[in-house]
Amino acid sequence: MPDLLLELFSEEIPARMQAKAADDLRRLVTDKLVAEGLVYEGAKAFSTPRRLALTVHGIPARQPDLKTERRGPKVGAPDAAVQGFLKATGLKSLDEAKIQRDPKGDFYIGLIEKPGRDAIDVLAEILPVIIRTFPWPKSMRWGARSGKPGSLSWVRPLHAITATFGPETEEPDIVKFEVDGIATGQTTYGHRFMAPDAINVRRFEDYEAKLKAAKVILDPQARKGIIFADAKELTFAQGFELVEDQVLLDEVSGLVEWPVVMMGSFEAEYLAIPEEVIRATIRNNQKCFVVRDAKTGKLTNKFVLTANIEAADGGKVIVSGNERVIRPRLSDAKFFYETDLKTRLEDRLPKFEQIVFHEKLGTQAARIKRIERLAAEIAPLVGADVAKATRAAHLAKADLLTEVVGEFPEVQGLMGKYYALAQGEDASVAAACEEHYKPQGPTDRVPTEPVSVAVALADKLDTLVGFWAIDEKPTGSKDPYALRRAALGVIRLIAENALRLSLMKVAASALAGLSVKPADAAKLASDLLAFFADRLKVQLREQGARHDLVDAVFALGGQDDLLMIVRRVEALGKFLDSDDGKNLLAGTKRASNILSIEEKKDKRTFDGAPDAALYSLDEEKALAKAIGEVKVEASAAVAKEDFAAAMSAMAKLRPPVDAFFDKVRVNDDEAKVRENRLKLLNEIRSATRAVADFSKIEG
Amino acid sequence: MDASLPAHMRPERSFQGFILALQRFWAEQGCVILQPYDMEMGAGTFHPATTLRALGPKPWNAAYVQPSRRPKDGRYGENPNRLQHYYQFQVIMKPSPPNLQELYLKSLAAIGIDSAVHDIRFVEDDWESPTLGAWGLGWECWCDGMEVSQFTYFQQVAGFECAPVAGELTYGLERLAMYVQGVDRVYDLNFNGREGDAKVTYGDVFLQAEREYSKHNFEVADTAMLFEQFKMAETACRKYLDAGWKDGKREAHLMALPAYDQCIKASHVFNLLDARGVISVTERQSYILRVRELAKACGDAWLHTEAGGAA
Repeated sequence: MPDLLLELFSEEIPARMQAKAADDLRRLVTDKLVAEGLVYEGAKAFSTPRRLALTVHGIPARQPDLKTERRGPKVGAPDAAVQGFLKATGLKSLDEAKIQRDPKGDFYIGLIEKPGRDAIDVLAEILPVIIRTFPWPKSMRWGARSGKPGSLSWVRPLHAITATFGPETEEPDIVKFEVDGIATGQTTYGHRFMAPDAINVRRFEDYEAKLKAAKVILDPQARKGIIFADAKELTFAQGFELVEDQVLLDEVSGLVEWPVVMMGSFEAEYLAIPEEVIRATIRNNQKCFVVRDAKTGKLTNKFVLTANIEAADGGKVIVSGNERVIRPRLSDAKFFYETDLKTRLEDRLPKFEQIVFHEKLGTQAARIKRIERLAAEIAPLVGADVAKATRAAHLAKADLLTEVVGEFPEVQGLMGKYYALAQGEDASVAAACEEHYKPQGPTDRVPTEPVSVAVALADKLDTLVGFWAIDEKPTGSKDPYALRRAALGVIRLIAENALRLSLMKVAASALAGLSVKPADAAKLASDLLAFFADRLKVQLREQGARHDLVDAVFALGGQDDLLMIVRRVEALGKFLDSDDGKNLLAGTKRASNILSIEEKKDKRTFDGAPDAALYSLDEEKALAKAIGEVKVEASAAVAKEDFAAAMSAMAKLRPPVDAFFDKVRVNDDEAKVRENRLKLLNEIRSATRAVADFSKIEG
Repeated sequence: MDASLPAHMRPERSFQGFILALQRFWAEQGCVILQPYDMEMGAGTFHPATTLRALGPKPWNAAYVQPSRRPKDGRYGENPNRLQHYYQFQVIMKPSPPNLQELYLKSLAAIGIDSAVHDIRFVEDDWESPTLGAWGLGWECWCDGMEVSQFTYFQQVAGFECAPVAGELTYGLERLAMYVQGVDRVYDLNFNGREGDAKVTYGDVFLQAEREYSKHNFEVADTAMLFEQFKMAETACRKYLDAGWKDGKREAHLMALPAYDQCIKASHVFNLLDARGVISVTERQSYILRVRELAKACGDAWLHTEAGGAA
């Protein structure tokens, strides 16, 4: 069966867009083929800075024929209806129609045969539409045609389209179409500098091979492989080690068609700059890798660059050129770093009075004061020294005003640590300058040093409470202040450090520090707690744990100790995995269902203690006794925070509950007995509430 | 590169030879070679030959050197490559020709950058000028890891769609010349290509100016007067725009260029105030917006002139 080769040859496509564009091209074309009844065998898409390419193999040469039946008018219908039917079906006369009988009478049936079209014609129809409507994140117009409305938009000027179609053994045909004056053909071009001439291609196999001969590696994975292997080998050969960087590798492979890896160096004096700053300078500005000394593990004064050409002089000029660019950059970075060291962190703080954190939440200076106060309050709860936590909160944001962080925002916090150490701060204070931003996401490391934990919690809770107070909560996909991340951070800090604190109390004191006062402080607190519950559920879901149990625990009310909630959810999860748990859940649900039906019927609830005198059956008595015991036992276990024991106590309810439903008819004819039994059912529900609200549990 | 050039005129030997080589190259491509605009401006893009000529349907190919004033970038002559006054070489071609990239690469060859030994790359860089209400897509052009030019396909200028689209090239002349001459300090550039006593360096020409203007821009520039000048330029711009509508009808405009001069002036005055640090973060945005409004109104007026394509 025939194959399609499609190449869209353009001016340089931004590196960050290439992978998705290749994927979009494959998806859009193959989806459309399938929708047209052309089921293909396989497809693969590629990208380089100057081209998107797609090969789809095993496309049937023709669409299958389509037969449809169309029901027409009744036999003997007026002529107008008959004419309309003939026109719609394309039949010449009624002789060509079948007559079909159904209970309403005899009807004409027209058989419409839509012969399948040649796949190449279908392609000629769908490809230009896909090109015209291609989903680039940003696209542009160019050239003389852009003077007229409706001209093509592409990521950068599109120059040529190769589109061929045909079976392996034959000369393929060109899929003929035109987009904005560019007619399809089978001509592409090699490397911009090393092999710029036109190349005639037939199908994917010779296309890829001819490109390679013309110094273009089509497959981005192959380019990455070359860069990675060459960079490792080059550094290893000199006793060094490449500092691997996947994101940079992705980007660099999108900047070259023919990767040539080389190593350059810079003056060793720049190694006095913190390694992260050297790396940020060389990586962000120059797209080069940094190199470690394999023995010491420290950065060396080398870097690895990836050029796009095999230079006539072996790359000497390119290496020395790159060195000439990196030198002043590092010189700037060193200057920034040394300048920063001349000012103590606390001396930078007055400037924060001029910088607005958020219009409604005041300046950065005000925010820092709030975090200090809150950190001091949290410190004793997390085992941190109050003075150190206060000091750390005081200094933690100061590096935002340094030159280095101004230049490289990604080293915020880290520079704070360096500068704090340099000015002789306690190690825990310096660590907190860096770690109070953590954890940044679900996989980021959670700090364990108590001072860091105190400041991290204070920072995040101040942010959460503040934005809640001014009603700027995340909605849908919008979370501009990263509040979800902050809440998850709080949860992880508490859970992973096994911290005991009342969120409500801490939130209330964060709220007290704010100058804005929300209309309803109590509602704010409960909303915020619900937000934490949601985040906890999301986190549990991502870990593959049961997230519905979070609701079952939160529904108990008054739960604001995250650690206890997490522990309780864990114990509950284990319990519900056991037979006892499953059956008790089923029994409790059954009790709840019956109760809600009967409550509706009687328009009343069945609260209150059942009357022991009205028990007539052993199963009733046994259940009542068990409930009494379990309640005491489970509550005592919960009070000791031994949730596993509470669950074991619950397990004892299972046999009497099962027996009760087995032997006892709840809706007894005698009203008093019925009421009493309903009250007993209510007791089951309330007994289980010692550990969770079972009605919120799924299944 | 032209081998017949005398040594002192070769682009790798002299800054002026370097500029002349670029001018000659683009003249060969059919560009009109303009002289710098006689006003202070932050970038070559502000020249009416780019900002205004990019608008409207008429073809336009031009190239020129434009002194660019960035008051904030002054370093009292102490920094090896930061200047408050430097030269940009600007090329604009409307509509953008299909081979603009090739032309650009040839222009590099003309100033001595051989693509057989240098690593030349087009790296994504979307250009936006909030003050001009303009944006475009293109690249920063790298030579051996150094950014040497901006390459932009204008999509919008002064808030108006460009139809057709113009291609714009901006060369940072000092930086390129430093690379070609192999010097690490801008003031060491050989300006006239002579040696010995006859040699004039970039420092001989501009070092004193950098010191004086840095002092002026950061310490002395009269801010009360500048605030006043900003308002005056803004008012004048509006006044000339209003007065320029022929017969008071919004059909033809007769003074788009004089009005736009005032917009350029307002923009430069704002840059000076910014360098003096007297504009707060929140005010900054509103000043930029005020200049943009002027630029938009000038663009609108221009589209109602003959060169702007009005009948």
